[in-house]
Amino acid sequence: MEFSRRRKKFIGGPQTELYGQTLQFYGQPPLENVSLIEFETFAVERLKLLKAVENLGVRHLKTSEDYEKKLQQELRSSIGLSDYDKQRKDHISHFILRLAYCQTEDLRRWFIQQEVDLFRFRFNLLLPKQKLEFLHRNNLKYDTVRIIEGISPSQVPFQDALDLVRTRKVYLRGGYVYIPHQDIVTIILNDFRTRLSKALALAARSLPAVHSDERLQPLLNHLSHAYVGQDYSIQKNVGKISLEQIDSLSAKSFPLCMRQLHQALRENHHLRHGGRMQYGLFLKGIGLTLEQALQFWRLEFIRGKVDADKFDKAYAYSIRHMFGKEGKRTDYTPYSCMKVILTNLPGQGDHHGCPFRHSDPELLKQKLQVYKVSPSGISQILELVKGMHYQLACQKYFELTHNVEDSNFSLNHPNQYFVESQKVLGGGKDMKREVGTPQRSKEKSATAKDVTANASQDTEGIPEDLDSYFLDA
Amino acid sequence: MPSSIYDPASLPDILPLYYLQKNYFQNREFSFTLKDDIYVRYQSFSTQSELEKEIQKMNPYKIDIGAVYNYRPSQHNTVKSGSFQALEKELVFDIDMTDYDDVRSCCSAADICPKCWTLMTIAVRILDRSLREDFGFQHLLWVYSGRRGVHCWVCDEAARKLSVAARSAVAEYLSLVKGGDDVMKKVVLTDPLHPFITESLSVVEQYFTQYALQDQEILSRKESMDKVLALQDFQNERKPENRWRHVKDRASAKKGQHFEKEIMLQYCYPRLDVNVSKGVNHLLKSPFSVHPKTGRISVPIDFEELDSFDPFAVPTISLICEELDRPRLGEEELEDSSSQVDSQGGQGDVTERRRTRDYKRTSLAKYVKYFDQFLDGLSASWKGELLRKSDLEKDF
Repeated sequence: MEFSRRRKKFIGGPQTELYGQTLQFYGQPPLENVSLIEFETFAVERLKLLKAVENLGVRHLKTSEDYEKKLQQELRSSIGLSDYDKQRKDHISHFILRLAYCQTEDLRRWFIQQEVDLFRFRFNLLLPKQKLEFLHRNNLKYDTVRIIEGISPSQVPFQDALDLVRTRKVYLRGGYVYIPHQDIVTIILNDFRTRLSKALALAARSLPAVHSDERLQPLLNHLSHAYVGQDYSIQKNVGKISLEQIDSLSAKSFPLCMRQLHQALRENHHLRHGGRMQYGLFLKGIGLTLEQALQFWRLEFIRGKVDADKFDKAYAYSIRHMFGKEGKRTDYTPYSCMKVILTNLPGQGDHHGCPFRHSDPELLKQKLQVYKVSPSGISQILELVKGMHYQLACQKYFELTHNVEDSNFSLNHPNQYFVESQKVLGGGKDMKREVGTPQRSKEKSATAKDVTANASQDTEGIPEDLDSYFLDA
Repeated sequence: MPSSIYDPASLPDILPLYYLQKNYFQNREFSFTLKDDIYVRYQSFSTQSELEKEIQKMNPYKIDIGAVYNYRPSQHNTVKSGSFQALEKELVFDIDMTDYDDVRSCCSAADICPKCWTLMTIAVRILDRSLREDFGFQHLLWVYSGRRGVHCWVCDEAARKLSVAARSAVAEYLSLVKGGDDVMKKVVLTDPLHPFITESLSVVEQYFTQYALQDQEILSRKESMDKVLALQDFQNERKPENRWRHVKDRASAKKGQHFEKEIMLQYCYPRLDVNVSKGVNHLLKSPFSVHPKTGRISVPIDFEELDSFDPFAVPTISLICEELDRPRLGEEELEDSSSQVDSQGGQGDVTERRRTRDYKRTSLAKYVKYFDQFLDGLSASWKGELLRKSDLEKDF
C-alpha cells in the first residue's frame, strides 16, 4: 500500500492522463519502471482474468446475464485498488502479456480473442457519455455523435464492419453498411482487433531483444505456456490402476488424443518420443507407478522391433526420467490441452498432439465414425473444430461418449478428462481427487522461484510460487 | 466518364505516377505447372516479353496467377523470411461443379452437361449482382475455367487491396449452403430474411422450374424425390411424436415457412470454394490459358450473353492451331494464346498491344475483344484516379 502511494508521486507526464480513463486502446506502452515482482503479479493476474473470460465465453452466451454477472465478479477481484492503480495495472499487464503471447500464431490468436472479449464487455459497461468520450479520445473516424445519440443508422465502409458483414447482420449497399446503433461496438472491436493484431506482429519482431534479458525470458515463456488449472502431477491415486485395465479404460475414459496414442502403441509396438512423453505422462497422471510404467512400455516394445536389452538401454532411462528419477530429477507434469495443442506439432510417423487440432477434419471424421459417434454428433464436433474450439470439440466428444447432456466442467487437461469420465462412469470413487485447494506443484520451474521469492508483502497477498497460481483455478 | 479522356497536357503530371506502377507487373507471381504435375511457383518477370519467352521455353501445362508482392517473387528466397509478403491481389471466386454433386442427377465429378451448366449461370447472376450492388465493385471479369467451373476476378482497386479477413467476410456473406456429407439440410433460413437472400432467391426463381423440375427432375423420380423430402426436419427425428409435432408446426406455418426457399437454395445457390477467395496469395488459373484436361481455352464470359454461353463451344487449343495454320502457312511462329495473360492487373504495354495479332484470325478474337473492353474500363477508372491524385498534389 505504502509502496504504491509513494510511487504515484514520482510518475507524471502522459501516462497519468491515460490512467484517468476507464478503458483504453492500449496505444502506448507503459513507460515507467516496473519491479519484477509487480511484473509477474500483474501478468499472472491478467492471465487468470483472460482465462476466466475464455471459460465464461465457452460456458455462457456472451450476451447472457450469467456471463455478465460472472465476468463482473472476475473484474471485481482487483477491488481495493484506486481507480488509478486499476488502470495502471490494466495497462501494464496487457503489455506484458503481449510479449508473452506474440510468439506464435496460435498464442496470438488466443490472446487477441480473449482481449477482444474483455474489451467488448468493458466497453458495454460504459455509459453513453463515456462511450462518446472514448471514441473522441481515440480519434475513431466514424460519425460518432450520430452513432451514440441514435438519430439515424450509421454508414461505414464494409471493411470496418467485417463481423457484421460476414453474418449478414447489416444492410449492405454499394460497399457501405448501415449499422443499427447497438452494433457500433462491433466496429470498434474490429478496430481494436486490427490494432492489437498489428501490435502483436510488431512485438514479435522486437522479441529477440526482450529474450536477451535473462530475468524476463523464462518468465515470459512460462506465462505463455502456463495454463490456469489443476496440476495433475500430484498423484493421489498411485497404484490404483492395474496394467490389465488400461485397454478397457482407453476405450471408455481416455480422451481421443490418448486413445489414439494407445491404439498406435498397441498396433506398432512403438511410439516416437513426442508420443511417449505425452502418453507416458498422462499414464503417470492417472496413477501408474514407475515400476508399472516400465513394465507397460517394455511389454509393448519388445513385441515389436525392440528387444529387452535395447529397451533397457534406450528407453527405460527416459521413462525413469519422466518420473524424476534421472537427469535433473524434475518430476514432469502431464501435458495440458494448451500444451498439447500449441507445442511440438506432430510430424510424419507421430501420433501425439490433439486429434481435434492436428488431424485432417476428414480423418477426424473417419476416426469418430469408427468410435461410433453419431453423424449429428460428428458434425457438431467438426463445426467446433472449424471454429478452432478444439477443447470444446473434445468436451463434446466427452458428452457424446458418456451420454451426458451438459458436462459441468470446462476441459483443459487430458487427465481432467479422465477424472471426469471416471466420475460419470461411477468407477471414480477412489480416483476422485479433492478439487479446490491449491497445491504446490512438485515441479519447481526454475524460472519462477527466484523472481517470486519475496512477493508476499504485496497487498494482494501473493502466494509464494508462480505455479500455485496456475493451480488455483 | 470525362476523367477518362486523355488530355496531352496532363502528360507531365501523370507520367511519373504511371511509371511508379512499374513494379506492379514485376512483383506479380506467376506459377507454371509443367508436365507430370511439377509446380513451379514464385516466378516473376520484368517485362511482358520476358514472360512470353519463358512460356515458350517452359511450355507450361497450366498457368496460374498469384498476388503482387513487396519483392519480386523470383527473389523471394533472398529476402528475410517473414518480410516477403503479398500486398494485393484481385478478389477471386471459384465455383466448381463438383461441389454440386449431391444436387445434380445428370453428371458427377468433373463432368458437365448443358443441363447442369445452368447452375453456373445462376451462380454468376447471383454473385455478380451482389458484388456490384451490395459491395459496390464495378470491374468484374467472369472466366470459364476450361472444364467444369467459372472464376470471377474482381479487379477494383478496393478489391485488390482487401485484407484476408475482409475477403473471408465477403466470401462468407456470399455463402448460404453449409455442411458436408453428414448434413442433409444445408440451408437454414431465419427471419427476417436479409435483402441479399431475397435478391438471390429472385434469381433462383427465374430458373428453378425449368432447371430443377424439368431438367433435373428432382420431383419426378423416386430417389430424387426422397432426397427432397428428406430435407424436412422431421426426418431427423426418431420419435413419431416429434415428427408429428413438426408436421403440425408446418401446418400452422410457424417453423417451416421458408421450407420451399431452403430447398430452392440448396439445389441452386452458388457453392463457393471459400478458401480460394480468402487468401491474398492464393493462385488462380490464368484467363486465356489452356485447360490441360480438356484443351479448352479459359475464355472470359460476356455477362450480356451469359444465358447463351456454351462451355462446349469454347475454342480448344487444337482448333486455334488449326485456324492459325489455315490462311498463311509458316509466316510467323505460333503465338501462344496465353501471352495475353500479362495484361492482367492494369499493366499493359501500349505499343505491344496495338500490334496486329494473329489471334484475330482465330475464334479467340471475340473473347479477346471482350477482354480488351474490360481492360479499357479498368484503365479508365485507374487513369481517373491518377488524375485525381495529381490534382490533389498540385493543391498542396
